[in-house]
Parts: sequence; structure tokens; C-alpha cells
Amino acid sequence: MFHIYCPYCEEHREEEEFHPKGQAHIQRPADPEACSDEAWGDYLFFRDNPRGVHHELWVHAVGCRKFFNITRHTVSYEILETYKMGEAPTVTAKSVSEKDKQAGVQAATGGWQTVGARPESEALNDASNQGARV
Amino acid sequence: MQRYSGFGLVKHALSHHENWQRQWRNPTPKKEYDVIIVGGGGHGLATAYYLAKEHGITNVAVIEKGWLGGGNTARNTTIVRSNYLWDEAAALYEHSMKLWEGLSQDLNYNVMFSQRGVLNLGHTLQDMRDIQRRVNANRLNGIDSQVLDAKGVQELVPIMDCSKGARYPVMGASWQPRAGVARHDAVAWGFARGADARGVDILQQTEVTGFKILDGRIVGVHTNRGDIGAKTVGCVAAGNSGVLAKMAGFNLPLESHPLQALVSEPLKPILDTVVMSNHVHGYISQSDKGDLVIGAGIDGYLGYGQRGSYSTVEHTLQAIVEMFPIFSRVRMNRQWGGIVDTCPDACPILSATPVKGLFFNCGWGTGGFKATPGSGHVFAASLAKGEMHPIAAPFSIDRFHTGALVDEHGAAGVAH
Ligand SMILES: Cc1cc2nc3c(=O)[nH]c(=O)nc-3n(C[C@H](O)[C@H](O)[C@H](O)COP(=O)(O)OP(=O)(O)OC[C@H]3O[C@@H](n4cnc5c(N)ncnc54)[C@H](O)[C@@H]3O)c2cc1C
Repeated sequence: MFHIYCPYCEEHREEEEFHPKGQAHIQRPADPEACSDEAWGDYLFFRDNPRGVHHELWVHAVGCRKFFNITRHTVSYEILETYKMGEAPTVTAKSVSEKDKQAGVQAATGGWQTVGARPESEALNDASNQGARV
Repeated sequence: MQRYSGFGLVKHALSHHENWQRQWRNPTPKKEYDVIIVGGGGHGLATAYYLAKEHGITNVAVIEKGWLGGGNTARNTTIVRSNYLWDEAAALYEHSMKLWEGLSQDLNYNVMFSQRGVLNLGHTLQDMRDIQRRVNANRLNGIDSQVLDAKGVQELVPIMDCSKGARYPVMGASWQPRAGVARHDAVAWGFARGADARGVDILQQTEVTGFKILDGRIVGVHTNRGDIGAKTVGCVAAGNSGVLAKMAGFNLPLESHPLQALVSEPLKPILDTVVMSNHVHGYISQSDKGDLVIGAGIDGYLGYGQRGSYSTVEHTLQAIVEMFPIFSRVRMNRQWGGIVDTCPDACPILSATPVKGLFFNCGWGTGGFKATPGSGHVFAASLAKGEMHPIAAPFSIDRFHTGALVDEHGAAGVAH
């Protein structure tokens, strides 16, 4: 059961008051008509789905009814921060693995546990590094 | 392979059941295989079995990071049916249904496939229109399917509240008599034993941590037990498919969600069919052991933790008690979660990928157990030929760019 801080109500409330709405910060193409099938399909259907730190959209459905963002770990389910629409996250996959490195936690490189709060490999979450590893 | 039979049982009783052969070996990984299957769930093991049995490809390894069936295969509520709406999906699931019907004999392993029928309830006029349409589509595809009214449902399941006073009165149902349930881990074990007997290496506690790709072609995998070469690799990793795809350098249109189930204390036989309701969202059957097997909905957020929210369990039990007031005092014994790989059109992905020789079989989401033999069968044929089997072809990743989706949300929805 999540205990979620709504950045608009400025209070912690029970999970039941909220609905998750998927990945945050997805930009609608400025000119959909000009999109290639690839770009349009990517926008509609393809999501990051990371095993690790995830930025996601939630709505405080039976509270203030406002949308806001949560940064959450998808294995430990730990909520790392909540922030308003239009704001940028301060906690990212990169910052989390940096912090763990400093604390002496070994960041996994490809291997991970099924349960437990081990951060994902930096390389995997970093969108710029999605080239095949040989 | 030692064949199982009634006579064998008597023979082994004489030696106090101490001399049964191991069901599969625990081999050391070879340097190279013709085909590597990543994921030792039902679908991966079935693929290996049919590769060996139907295509004579036996230099095969199944690589599983945990234990066989420890993913969704042995966490699901085991509902098997084929009453899907669209031709492409109906062909795939009915192909599977036909294999289920001879599976115990084929594997010489009792998968306890029990064709006790499945009811999909309708609670609104629109539900009933959708049911009519789906049943008609099923019959055109040669799939047994009937529309029942509330009276017909009540006759089949006397303990269900089909009165008009219910919060969401039952108006009718679709009924597939050939549908039913099977024993999930026996399915994994039966395929594993059959594959192993034909020479397939089953490598448990071995995790794929990356792919070896040379000039856009797969040449092997990295694992925690060293590198293993392969000409062809098939990934059948359910909830972790997206993670594997990223290792190979591309994305999949999948989202991984927790999906939960629970079982009650064992009861005397009381429910001899499977009841599913999309509308109130609950589904239930009774296992041969006597426990009520109850499936919940997915949690709306992403999760790889193999556990879900308490509120989801609560909603499910509300629906079950609403349908079956008689169960209101039954105590629940165990609850667990799996990670399901949901696809935007509620249909699987069976596909070649941007990497030559690397294939994916995933996206089965909340409802792939029923497809285990069929999925393995067509995926094996695809790997053997290097091009997708006609039944698998409509399920390629390309459909999310061409727009040729197989939208099963109406028929499958969140159901199983
Ligand atoms: C609670 C619940 C109820 C369900 N109910 C039904 C139902 O009633 N009817 C129905 O038809 N379907 C149902 N399903 C869905 C069904 O269970 C799945 O679609 C199906 O079992 C998927 O089988 P699989 O072999 O593809 O995946 P899995 O059994 O999940 O196997 C994938 C395997 O891949 C392994 N793996 C992952 N990553 C790696 C790696 N890097 N290296 C090595 N191995 C790896 C995993 O450990 C796992 O064992 C349900 C699912 C759940 C969770």
C-alpha cells in the first residue's frame, strides 16, 4: 500500500485516492500529420518500462483531481519523490546509482535480483546508451 | 526416458518409490548451441520441446535465471479457453486448445487438463451484445461457444447469485464447454522432461545478462556462468522481456505490471466450472485439491516486484463475495503476484527483431498460460525456419508501426 504525498494538497494520502496514469514526460508530437509511422507508433505505444527508477504520472482522483508526477523504483516500489506538473524530477536513475556508489552499494551491471531494492545498471536506464553490447 | 504408466506405478511401489529416474538432467553449459531459449517458463520449454520433437533440432539450451516455471507459469490461475474475438487471435488460441486436448498423452505426463467449461459473465446490455458478437465470431471460426441467459447460468452454477437483486445482476454469459483448467507446474515439468529426453540442455540458475551481437547478427549470450554461443536465440521472458530487449538495443511496446492471485483453504467440491466476470472483475475456479483459485486484476502502476497492492485483492474479493455470497466466510490461505508483460492491443508479440537471428515471444500479459503449447509450437517452427509461422505472423512488432493491431481488449480485456 502506497502512502502518497500529493504536491498540490501538500498531504500524504492513501493509494486508494490515486490512479496511476503511465509514464510521465511524454511529449505529443508538435505536428502529428507530419509524423512518420515510426514516430507516431513510438509515441502511441512504446514506453520505457524500466526495471528501476521510473517517472510516472498519477492523478489524485478522489482528492484535488490534479495530475502530478512520481519518481518511483519499480522493484522496491519505493517512492523517491513527487513533483508538480511542468517540473523536472530531481531524482533520476543516474543520481540514484551515483548515491549508491558513494554509499558502497555495488551497482549491478546487467544482473539483478527478483526482489529487493537494488538499483538497475546505469547503462540500461540511460537512454543514450541503448546500443547493443557485444 | 522412463515412460510413466499404471504398470510402472505398481512396479515402483514394490521398491518403495525410491528408484524413480530424475525427470531432467542438470547439465554443464556447452560452449555453443544451435538455438538458445531464454526463459524456462511454459512457453520457453514448449518451444524447446517442439524444436526437438518436430524439427529435429536438439542442440538447444533453455536458460532460466531461477527455477522452471518460477515466473508466471506457476503463478497463474490456469484458465484455458480459446473464445477470442478476432480471427488472428482465435487461430492462435484454438491451435493451442487442440494441442491441450492431446497434451498429457503426447508428453506422457499428466498435466491434469480438465475441460470443465468456462463462463464469461455479462452484467449489462452492452456486455450481452459483446458476448453475442464474440460467440458468433467464435462459431464462424469453428470454436465451440454458446450464449446463455441468466437461467442457463444458474443451472450450471447453482451457488451463484443470479437474482435480480444482486448489485450487478447476471444477465447471461458466454459458455465454452471445451475450456477449462490445467495443472500449471506439471505443464512446465512435462515439457522440460520431454525436451531433456530429446537432448535439450536445461540450465537453471543461469541468468542472461547481455547479448553478443556481431554486424547486426546474434552470435550468443552473456550469462552469470560465462558466455554461450548460439546461431539463433529466442527470448521468452514474460515480464522481463523489455529488460532483455533493451540489452539487445531496441524497445518493445510492453509494460510490466504486477498481477495477483490467491487461494483459499481447501473445501469439499462446490464449483465444477470456471466463472469469470470482466465487469465486476473477479474469476474463480476450484482446484482438484479443493482450494478456490481466485484471480485479481493488475495493479495500474509498473512493477517488477512480484507482489501487488492490498487494495486490489480487496476489490477482487468484494466481487467474488458479491457473486458467491456462500463464500463470504471462506478463509484465504495464500496470495502472490507475478509480473505480466501487457501489450497495447492485449495480444502477444511473436516476432523477428532488428537483430538477425534474435526472436521474441512475449506480451502474453495476463492471459498466456492457455496458449502455452500453441505458442511453443508455432514459435519453434518460426525459429527452425528463420521466418514466422503463418499463425504467428500477424503478431509481429511491426504492427505497432503499421497500425494492424489485433485489438482483443473487447474479448480479453483484463481477463485471462
Ligand atoms: C496471477 C496471474 C494469473 C494468471 N492467470 C492466467 C490464466 O488464468 N490463464 C492464462 O491463460 N494466463 C494467465 N496468466 C498469464 C500467464 O501466467 C502467462 O502469460 C504465461 O504463464 C507466460 O508464460 P511464459 O513461459 O511466457 O513466462 P514465465 O513463466 O514468466 O517464464 C519466463 C521465464 O523467464 C525467466 N527469465 C526472465 N529474465 C531472464 C534472464 N535475463 N535470463 C534467464 N531467464 C530469465 C524468468 O525467470 C521466467 O521463469 C496469469 C498470470 C498471473 C501472474
